[in-house]
Amino acid sequence: MSGIPHDHYEPKSRGEKWLHSRLPIVGLIYDTIMLPTPKNLNWMWIWGIVLVFCLVLQIVTGVILVMHYTPNVDLAFASIEHIMRNVNGGYFIRYLHMNGASLFFIAVYLHIFRGLYYGSYKAPREVTWIIGMLIYLLMMATGFLGYVLPWGQMSFWGATVITGLFGAIPFIGDPLQTLLLGGPSVDNATLNRFFSLHYLLPFLILGLVIVHVWAFHTTGNNNPAGVEVRRGSKAEAEKDTVPFWPYFVIKDFFALAVVLVVFFAVVGFMPNYLGHPDNYIEANPLVTPAAIVPEWYYLPFYAILRAFTSDVWVVMLTNFLTGGIVDAKFFGVLAMFGSMVAIALAPWLDTSSVRSGKYRPMFKWWFWLLAIDFFVLMWAGAMPAEPPYSIISLIGASYWFAYFFVILPLLGVIERPSKQPATIEEDFNAHYGKSE
Amino acid sequence: MSVQSETTETPDMIEEPQETRRDFLYYATAGAGAVGLGAAIWPLVNSLNPSADVAALSVIEVDLDGVEPGTRITVSWSGKPVFIDHRTEEQIAKARADDTAQLPDPALDADRAIRPEWLVQIGICTHLGCIPLGQGSSDPLGDWDGWFCPCHGSHYDTAGRIRKGPAPRNLDLPPYAFKSDTVVVIG
Repeated sequence: MSGIPHDHYEPKSRGEKWLHSRLPIVGLIYDTIMLPTPKNLNWMWIWGIVLVFCLVLQIVTGVILVMHYTPNVDLAFASIEHIMRNVNGGYFIRYLHMNGASLFFIAVYLHIFRGLYYGSYKAPREVTWIIGMLIYLLMMATGFLGYVLPWGQMSFWGATVITGLFGAIPFIGDPLQTLLLGGPSVDNATLNRFFSLHYLLPFLILGLVIVHVWAFHTTGNNNPAGVEVRRGSKAEAEKDTVPFWPYFVIKDFFALAVVLVVFFAVVGFMPNYLGHPDNYIEANPLVTPAAIVPEWYYLPFYAILRAFTSDVWVVMLTNFLTGGIVDAKFFGVLAMFGSMVAIALAPWLDTSSVRSGKYRPMFKWWFWLLAIDFFVLMWAGAMPAEPPYSIISLIGASYWFAYFFVILPLLGVIERPSKQPATIEEDFNAHYGKSE
Repeated sequence: MSVQSETTETPDMIEEPQETRRDFLYYATAGAGAVGLGAAIWPLVNSLNPSADVAALSVIEVDLDGVEPGTRITVSWSGKPVFIDHRTEEQIAKARADDTAQLPDPALDADRAIRPEWLVQIGICTHLGCIPLGQGSSDPLGDWDGWFCPCHGSHYDTAGRIRKGPAPRNLDLPPYAFKSDTVVVIG
C-alpha cells in the first residue's frame, strides 16, 4: 500500500493462510497501521487522530440522539427538550454532540493550518489535500444541517439566511431556493430533508476519510522538515521512520487524552458556552432574533460573505462588467466559496520548491499574518455589519485572497530559502540527539 | 460508411476515424443510458419541489372586517409574514406628500396599494431578511412612522418605502386582490 519500503504481513498459521488467500483483510490492516512514519513528526501531527475520534463520536452520539428526536416542525423543539429533561443522560449525549462539532472544527482548522505551514499540500500530496478540502466542505454542510434540527430561533433564521445564499444566484436562484426548501420558506419539508441529509453526509465523510488516509499512505506523511523519506532500501527508510504502530499510536492517544480533558471540562461545566441562547426559543417565522449570528466555526467565511457590499469598487466594477448579473449579494456568495476554493488551489498557487515553512524566512511572516487574519475575520463575522467592522472584514477578506493568489505565487520567485536538512534522520538527530 | 481504400494519398486521411456500426451502437447505448439516467433522477429531484399541500397554502383569504383604521395586522402567507395596514387619511396623505422626496427606491404611493386605505406588504426587510418592527402597538415605528428594522437600522415610511438604512428596496408587495370590500385574497 505504501510507497515506502517496509515489512508486509506474512500469514503464518493454517487459519491465517486460509483467510489471506480468500480475503487479505488482515494484511490490509497490518499494512495500514504499520505505515513507516517520519520520526520527526511534532505535536501538530496529532490532529488527524482527534478528527477520527470526532467523526466516531458524532456518528455514535448522533445515532443515539435520532432514537429520541422527531423531525417535525410541531414536535422537533419539544423532542429536544425531551432529550434534555427526560431521556436518561440525554442532556449529556446532546452536549457531547453539540460540543463535538466544535472540537471537530477546532481540530480541522489546526490540521489545515498545519498543512499550510509545513507545505503538506505540495506535490505529491495534492490529492490528499483536495480530498481533505472536500471533507471540510462536507463538514460545514453537515454542521449547518444539524444546527437546523433543534428548530430553535437560530436554527430557523440561520437556515433562512444560508439558503438565501443560493437565492442570490442569477436566473436560477429563486427556483433553486424553493427546490432546496421544498416550499416558499423554511418549513416542515425543509426540516425533514435537512434531517435526512444530516444523517447521510457523515457517512460520505467517512468514505472520504478512508480515501484521504489511503492517499497519504501512498505518498507517505509530510513532516516538519519537509524532506522526503529515503526510499532506496528498507534499511535506508528505517533510518527516517518508525512504524505508526505502536510509536505514533501511543503518542497520538496521549495527545487525544489531553485534548479530551479540556473537551470534557467544556461539556461538563460550560456546555452552552459556544452556543446561542436564542436557539432555546422555539422557531417563529414571524419574529427575527435581534442578530443572526452563525456558529463560531463559520464566522471567518461569514465575514467574507458580508465584506463585499455594493459600495466596494471591485463589486461595482464586477456589477458593471457583467451588466448587473453579479450584484453585491451574489458577489459575496462567490467570495465566500472562492475563499475556500483558494485553500484547495494552494498546491498550484504556491510556486516555492521548499515544502516546510521552517526554511522559508519570508513565507513565515505572511503565514502567521494569515493565521491572525483568520481570527480577525472570525471576530468581525460576529460583529454587526456596520463600520468599523465592515471595513475590517473587507481588509481581512482582501488579505485572504492576496495571500493565496498574489503572495504564494510571488514568494516562490523572490524568496531565498534557508538551508534544509538533507534527511529526516539529520533533522531528528539535530533535535533529539543521535539515538545510538 | 464508404468502402475503405487501401491507397493513401495523405497521412491525414489514415488518421481520420472511420465510423462503424459498432461506434453507432456505442453512441446509441450511451445516449439511451444518459436519457434513462436523467429520466430516473428527475422524479427524485422533482419530489423535493413544494408538495401539493404546501402549494395549496400559497393562496389565502383574509377577512378584514373589524380591522379599524390605524391598526395593522400580520397574517402568515407561504410561511412569510404579510403586513396589512388599514391606513388613516393622515397616513395616506403623509405617504403621498413624500412621493416627490428623495427616495432610495422611488415609487409612488398610489402604485403601492390597490386601495389606498389598505396597504398589503410582505413583512420581510429587504436587507438580510429580518422582520421589521411596527406591527405591535408599542413597537418603534422608525423616523418616518412606518416600520423599523432593528437588525441593521432600516427605516420604512407609511407606504413601506425604504427611507434610511442599508435595505436596498422598499418592502415587497405580494400578489393580492379584493374579493369584496372586506375580504382580500393573497397569492
